[in-house]
Amino acid sequence: MRVGTSGLQLNEKLIFEHSDPGRRGYSLPALDVRVATLPPELVRTEVPGFPEVSEVDVVRHFTRLSTWNYGVDSGFYPLGSCTMKYNPKVNETAARIPGLAGCHPYTPETLSQGALGLMYGLQTALAEISGFSAVTLQPAAGAHGELAGMLMIRAWHEAKGNKRRKVLIPDTAHGTNPATAALCGYDVVPIASGGSGVLTAETVASFMNDDVAALMVTNPNTLGLFESDIVKICDIVHAGGGLVYCDGANLNALMGIARPGDLGIDAMHFNLHKTFATPHGGGGPGSGPVGVAEKLIPYLPKPMVVKNDQGYGLDFDRPQSIGRLRSFYGNFGIMVRAWAYILTMGGSGLKQASEMAVLNANYIRARLEPVYNLPHKHRSLHEVVFNDANLANDCHTLDVAKRLIDYGYHPPTIYFPLVVKGAIMIEPTETESMETLDEFCDAMLAIARESQENPDLLHAAPTITRVQRLDETAAARQPCLCWNPADFV
Amino acid sequence: MRYIPHTEEDVRQMLAAIGVTSIADLFAEIPAESRLDRPLALPAPLSESELLRDLQSLAAQNATASSQLSFLGGGAYNHFIPSVIDQLISRSEFYTAYTPYQPEISQGTLQAVFEYQTLICQLTGMEVSNASMYDGASACAEAVLMAARATKRKQILLAASLHPEYRETVTTYCQYLGMELIDVPTASSGRIDAAALAGLLGKETAAVVVGYPNFFGIIEELEPIAAAAHVAGALLVTAVAEPIALGLLKSPGELGADIVIGEGQSFGMPVSFGGPGVGFFAAREKLVRSMPGRLIGATRDKNGKRGFVLTLATREQHIRREKATSNICSNQGMCALMASMYLTLLGKNGIREVAQQNLSKATYARSAIAALPGFRLPYSAPMFNEFVVEVEGDVVALLTRLEGQGILGGISLARFWPGMHNRFLVCVTEQHRRQDIDALVAALKGGAA
Repeated sequence: MRVGTSGLQLNEKLIFEHSDPGRRGYSLPALDVRVATLPPELVRTEVPGFPEVSEVDVVRHFTRLSTWNYGVDSGFYPLGSCTMKYNPKVNETAARIPGLAGCHPYTPETLSQGALGLMYGLQTALAEISGFSAVTLQPAAGAHGELAGMLMIRAWHEAKGNKRRKVLIPDTAHGTNPATAALCGYDVVPIASGGSGVLTAETVASFMNDDVAALMVTNPNTLGLFESDIVKICDIVHAGGGLVYCDGANLNALMGIARPGDLGIDAMHFNLHKTFATPHGGGGPGSGPVGVAEKLIPYLPKPMVVKNDQGYGLDFDRPQSIGRLRSFYGNFGIMVRAWAYILTMGGSGLKQASEMAVLNANYIRARLEPVYNLPHKHRSLHEVVFNDANLANDCHTLDVAKRLIDYGYHPPTIYFPLVVKGAIMIEPTETESMETLDEFCDAMLAIARESQENPDLLHAAPTITRVQRLDETAAARQPCLCWNPADFV
Repeated sequence: MRYIPHTEEDVRQMLAAIGVTSIADLFAEIPAESRLDRPLALPAPLSESELLRDLQSLAAQNATASSQLSFLGGGAYNHFIPSVIDQLISRSEFYTAYTPYQPEISQGTLQAVFEYQTLICQLTGMEVSNASMYDGASACAEAVLMAARATKRKQILLAASLHPEYRETVTTYCQYLGMELIDVPTASSGRIDAAALAGLLGKETAAVVVGYPNFFGIIEELEPIAAAAHVAGALLVTAVAEPIALGLLKSPGELGADIVIGEGQSFGMPVSFGGPGVGFFAAREKLVRSMPGRLIGATRDKNGKRGFVLTLATREQHIRREKATSNICSNQGMCALMASMYLTLLGKNGIREVAQQNLSKATYARSAIAALPGFRLPYSAPMFNEFVVEVEGDVVALLTRLEGQGILGGISLARFWPGMHNRFLVCVTEQHRRQDIDALVAALKGGAA
């Protein structure tokens, strides 16, 4: 069955274009105290441009907009490195429990034991899953976790009086890695990953010197390959006086199978919105806890959630801490969802999730490898990276991606990692059935045939969406970032 | 496991198609000595009903504004959340989508966030807003770094009355970048000490950062601060932890601010033990290319139909890597959407009316508490919905006594400044009825004893 089809599409204006003076969408109780006033020089007459709409207008507006989106609940979303697994509904219920959602962050510790206990449970479970000695839940997203981890690594060096300036980063890394190293005041030294797609101990040894503070790796890497030299690599970096940071974006391949902390990694962030099934939310909120080895514990952000004689508490007395990275204690609402997921899965379920994620990626690989070019041949873990080298008639990765939309799928990640020209990076996750994978692979193979027989179908795609290919060049050349009636006639 | 669809037969067929005999074969690249040789030590899986029972019992150990009479604010606020928001935000086409990298099937997110950017511009008086950041504190740190980039200067003057957790976050972000952070003292009015500011501003100053309202609830006079900053060639960054205030107060843009950041949790999000909320970030148009974070812009499709895309990505880490304007990748998309829904529902009249109610109720509470023997107000300048109270004796003892009566009376300022052990911060919103405020006042009577 072909999933993608065309149907009734509802148009919808910008909310500002619905506005009509006098409409209202809110209610407030009558004011039961005297009206207070401020000195007139402090007060505005109105918020210019704010809409005036009814509740029905608002409900219909956002409902219609939602139908222009594609989510995991709509269908298969094989976005590589993003782990678009199913987001369990009970987790949404959990995060909305009034005693959790309604607890103020400055509630006395004695009156917030449930929230603190949940955080303690989650950080303890994440430490067990990853093999680290301690975990902070404070970072709001993966890149924020990287910042925490790299600041801790820098603080460790500073405490030893080390003036090291450089951070080694393989060219397969996410862009956040070099950007984070720069934010910690380090210079980035890119390492070419070489033909096999895997970082070798010899390569790392050739780059290691007295000026290197750290190596940032991703494991499994963004080609979906396990860095099989990782233990030797960690030994080399440690022997040279440096530390190893791991981008944990791809932890979904390893749960219950191998633990980064056991392999010699010193710090790693988790993406709760990837591995632990919390929703991506159209771009966030995420949550990026960080696990660290024993030697980095003094530098963890403050406060830390601790267990003491009175129950659970917040420890602010951490003189060597890197400080705080944001207000309060992290994205608690996301932690609730991740904790609900871990309790539902248990240790055995998490291992099964990793196994089935790897099985699914390898199944897609087996079905598509005869037709699509596979630049790296090592055994794949949770994702597989093809490219467009086998396609004819001026058909490229972007065209395959857009044509997949016509077939009813969200495209894979494209043109990343940068080391694969025309990369098509597919991560199915464990929550997809064999039937779904078969339908998707059939679509991919049909598109490859279309590229031979009727390439215009690829070049014109997508054709059954509400809007077709958008002019991104014009958007960047003359940015229109804010509604203004004059621009929207 | 109900989230994993594979049957044993599926697994057998898939392994055969791959050409291996067991699941273990798929992990052959992981050396045996690197593998975990025991099961994870985690609790056994729970059914849905068991899970909810466990979580309910945790929730029952927390106090909330429903179980207690709460006057806690300080950067996280208890405002009414219309039912529409949770109903709409539960549309899973929104919350199970990723970042809108494929615009043809992400127009819902893209148009909604474009509307969010517009609402933030209108509220702050700025010309451009990004698609949101983690929270107010990290947005403040990003604003400081942006000001340093834009001015090519490294000194930042931070009002001592800035939210202390914003101040700490700025310190964390700046610690290895050669920045100089200087605190500007607070005058007896509760506003920034203008004379001290004038003395500190110089040709090295990149930015002045002030809260609006500040952490003590006080409304700063932004115009003279902006003028002084601009004479020195510095930028004015205003940090808005309680943006409901902007429904009533003149916008920072109108008063001369260059960058306006803040926390949007007040716009339809629960306090949720401090997150997730949404950091908003807006600036003058001329600064747009040094802004951090995602931006959404309007464009046309190939048939001329209006649509929206992520734009100006050459500032961002996935293109510019170590030369990017920030390392941030995600935004708080869902929370930005909630803020849009809230602001749209309230609209031009509602945002003003809810702000007016906050001001009026807080003013009522402030006067009543000030009239109590043993209590005084240390700051004289106008406030919005929070105010500092000074008491004879120990604040912690006072607040603990109130807890026994089911009242969370405020935040001890000793939490942030040990010297302020006799001061606490009270927040009053539209959620408080007159009788609630009267109950607080009655409970406070008698002081710490």
